Amino acid sequence: MNTRLSAQTKFRVLAALAILPLTMLLCCKHSALPNAALKATAQGTALVESSGGHQVGATGTTLTDPLVVQVNDDQGTAVPGALVEFHGPSGVSFDPAAVLTDSSGQATTAVTLGTIAGRYQLSAMTPGKGKSVTLDTLEIALGYEQRVGSILADKYCSRCHDPESSPVRVSNYDNLEVKPHAFSEGNTLNKISDADLTSIILHGGPALNRSALMPPYGNTLSAPDIKAIIAYIRALSDPPYQPPGTVYARQ
Amino acid sequence: MQPIRKYLSSVWQALFGDPVRAFGVVSLILLLALAIAPAKEHFSQWHSYQRKYLGLIRDRGDAISLRRRFEPGIHQIWLPELGVVDRCTTCHLGLKEASLSDVTQQPFRKHPVVPHSLDAFGCVICHGGQGQATTVVEAHHSERAGEEPILPTRYIESGCGQCHQNSLPGTPQLNLGRTMLSRYGCVHCHAVTRPDGSKVAATDHPPSLVHIADKTTREWLFSWLKDPQAYAASTTMPNFKLSDADASDISAYLVNSSSPKAGDTAADAKPAANADPAAGPSLYGESFCASCHSVQNAAGNLVGGDLGPELTRIGNKAKPEWLAAWLQNPRVYDSTTPMPHYRFAPQQIATLVAFLQTKSDSDYGSGVHLDAATPQQIAHGRKLIVELGCAACHEINGVQKPENFAPDLSAIGSKPLAQIVFLPGMEHSLPTYIAAKIRQPRAFGSSVKMPQFTLSAAQTDALTTALLALTARGRSMPDNLRVAAVPETNYQPAGPAGKLITELACFSCHRFNGRGGEMAPDLSWEGSSVQRQWLTNFLHNPNTLRPSLIRRMPRFNLSDSDNKELTDYILTVYQSPAIDADLVPAATNSADVVEHGRQLFYSKYACQSCHIIDTKTDKGYIGPTLTQVGSRLTAGWLYAWLKNPQALRPSTTEPNQNLSDEDAHALTAFLMSLKGSGGQGAKR
Repeated sequence: MNTRLSAQTKFRVLAALAILPLTMLLCCKHSALPNAALKATAQGTALVESSGGHQVGATGTTLTDPLVVQVNDDQGTAVPGALVEFHGPSGVSFDPAAVLTDSSGQATTAVTLGTIAGRYQLSAMTPGKGKSVTLDTLEIALGYEQRVGSILADKYCSRCHDPESSPVRVSNYDNLEVKPHAFSEGNTLNKISDADLTSIILHGGPALNRSALMPPYGNTLSAPDIKAIIAYIRALSDPPYQPPGTVYARQ
Repeated sequence: MQPIRKYLSSVWQALFGDPVRAFGVVSLILLLALAIAPAKEHFSQWHSYQRKYLGLIRDRGDAISLRRRFEPGIHQIWLPELGVVDRCTTCHLGLKEASLSDVTQQPFRKHPVVPHSLDAFGCVICHGGQGQATTVVEAHHSERAGEEPILPTRYIESGCGQCHQNSLPGTPQLNLGRTMLSRYGCVHCHAVTRPDGSKVAATDHPPSLVHIADKTTREWLFSWLKDPQAYAASTTMPNFKLSDADASDISAYLVNSSSPKAGDTAADAKPAANADPAAGPSLYGESFCASCHSVQNAAGNLVGGDLGPELTRIGNKAKPEWLAAWLQNPRVYDSTTPMPHYRFAPQQIATLVAFLQTKSDSDYGSGVHLDAATPQQIAHGRKLIVELGCAACHEINGVQKPENFAPDLSAIGSKPLAQIVFLPGMEHSLPTYIAAKIRQPRAFGSSVKMPQFTLSAAQTDALTTALLALTARGRSMPDNLRVAAVPETNYQPAGPAGKLITELACFSCHRFNGRGGEMAPDLSWEGSSVQRQWLTNFLHNPNTLRPSLIRRMPRFNLSDSDNKELTDYILTVYQSPAIDADLVPAATNSADVVEHGRQLFYSKYACQSCHIIDTKTDKGYIGPTLTQVGSRLTAGWLYAWLKNPQALRPSTTEPNQNLSDEDAHALTAFLMSLKGSGGQGAKR
């Protein structure tokens, strides 16, 4: 009698255990598909990024410009009414996460970055004919120190180091005989150590036998300021910067 | 009943039948009871995180040193003077481990670099949440009375704002939010007192409506009240979502109560000079109206400054007679306006009025026809004005400015969740509530008086951040940890020159002795900086020193006597004690020294990357052009500037090059030798 009872309880427990994750799975599946109401009226075969990629924002905030992608068909003409889903690593959220393309074939979403500083690989996906089409893009989230660096760089560095002019600020890049490196030039800047970058900022270009057009900032910026600027340079770098040192994880 | 009793008695017999067995059973129960506490600890959440952490560091190269720094058990940061008891570090074990910077798994991530030490401030001061809790849910998501959920990262800057009342370089969002509190008129209705007792003051300039009928029509007022953003997309006036009848009644009261101002109406206008339509755009451009006023271009983008109102449809609004009177002298209509009193000639005024009248939209307000208002409607309009609190911002005849019209927000960041009525389906947290209230105040009920503001998502986040910074904790912080806001001084220059400085609204753009705007250079020490002849010429015809600047100083058409008054005052009063006024004039420097200075300029210090000396070869245009700097600046100022630019203007981008005295002297001699062509001086 005792053994039979326990077998029955065991079965009940097992059944309950099995049902619980099943329902959870179902619930999750249900909530992961908010686009159930969206009925695609057309399908495209290609995805193109229109705008909103490669932005730089602070961690946890919504990027200034929305991410806009366009769905095209085989002929390269825009497809309205196609379903586009946006995906990203955990922490990133999209508003909306799935949307139908508008009359000009474009899908727009507001991107909120995760709370960890770094690069966020995002993707847009549209169910094409036969197989789905994806498009990858990248956004950069700056932590506190990197953002302080970006604010300082904006004031002291970007007028020369950023070749792009904007309506409110004209770049000085073209006026310089020796061209400064843009902060995204990973191929060059990744090879310069933190110590060397610090001395160039501290003492000016001639400190490392480089151009005197780069003035010294050692009496203007504090040590944490310079550290912040370097953190910002490393965050922008393309290809990404790999910090030197032992690889700790064994794996 | 019988079998149960029999069963129980058999159990009793089996357990406590004889003393030895009873002793064994009691011991077992005692042992189990004693095991409850260690078992509870063993199976607690924080313990499992500590085990996970040990597992995480086991395979790392620096496992030994990481394990040495690991302490088992509950950790606590206890700071009695701050009221901090934070046990967060019990689970967040990697916060201070620099080598864990590659770990993204929570709760083991390294804390990002911040200016404060965790041991000195703890965690909840910035992040919110329950510091004493030792479970994830209780620490992060508690909604119980008096407790607060953890702050979302997007509002994290509000933590800084509890102690730092000044503007910090690393908190742009908080700074923007605080500016908006003052600029969007929030503080006209809501009082906001900082922890040190000072009040947040408004920086906007809501126009007085006591002479409004001189300026515009009732029809325009009606359209404006219905939808301010339809007239000017950039206006900070919110939308009160008025019905047609209400908007009509309010406009009726405003026009009806308006008292005429001498000089504003067509009847007392001077015989108008002939306008020159072709000269309009160039006069508007030359007067640098765009430095303060913006206009929408064909693409729908606003071009121009935001100090004054947008002028895209000014022709729909302003009556020409009023516009002429305003351009003649804005201070007659509004004695505190930030608009300078340009000394325009009658012909120029006529030209500008005609030009501004063309800035209109024939579709705007075309369908508005208002019947003459009855006394009841006018009285109803007044009632609405009182109810909606219009007089909190605008001066209105016959309506008193209400005191404490809306709730005080000085501690809104600590508002208990129990006091908040959330909308159905809304996340129960303070940041969500504040953001929703800013975004759509009227969604919280039809009795809510707060109007609808037109803000971008980033602006809403910024304003929410600034409001969340107004916490009870911020008010109870020890004084030595509080950083006070830098208050605007009430400096007022004296005498006839002081009157001129007020009339020309120099304070709107320039800063003097801690008061004034940020758009143009601080002039507190201008008298030590520039030469008399240059200043006289500049005030007559300001031409920019920086070719790449868009916003520029306008020409005020000063008379010679006014110019002399102002020049004398600036040169006498705005002197820095740090500048040596008697520094050897450049003329006595030998040609050798000048040549040495030139070499230093071009080779050692490469100043040409930012400055132009020879317009043919030099191209840098970050700093001002120096082609005639020798006739502009004084030798004393130049020398002091070269030695330490930040000492004279803390916000300048020119780096301090730590020059030796000899180098600074040679450069000063060289720069003072650059007198320019003299063309500018000869003109006048």
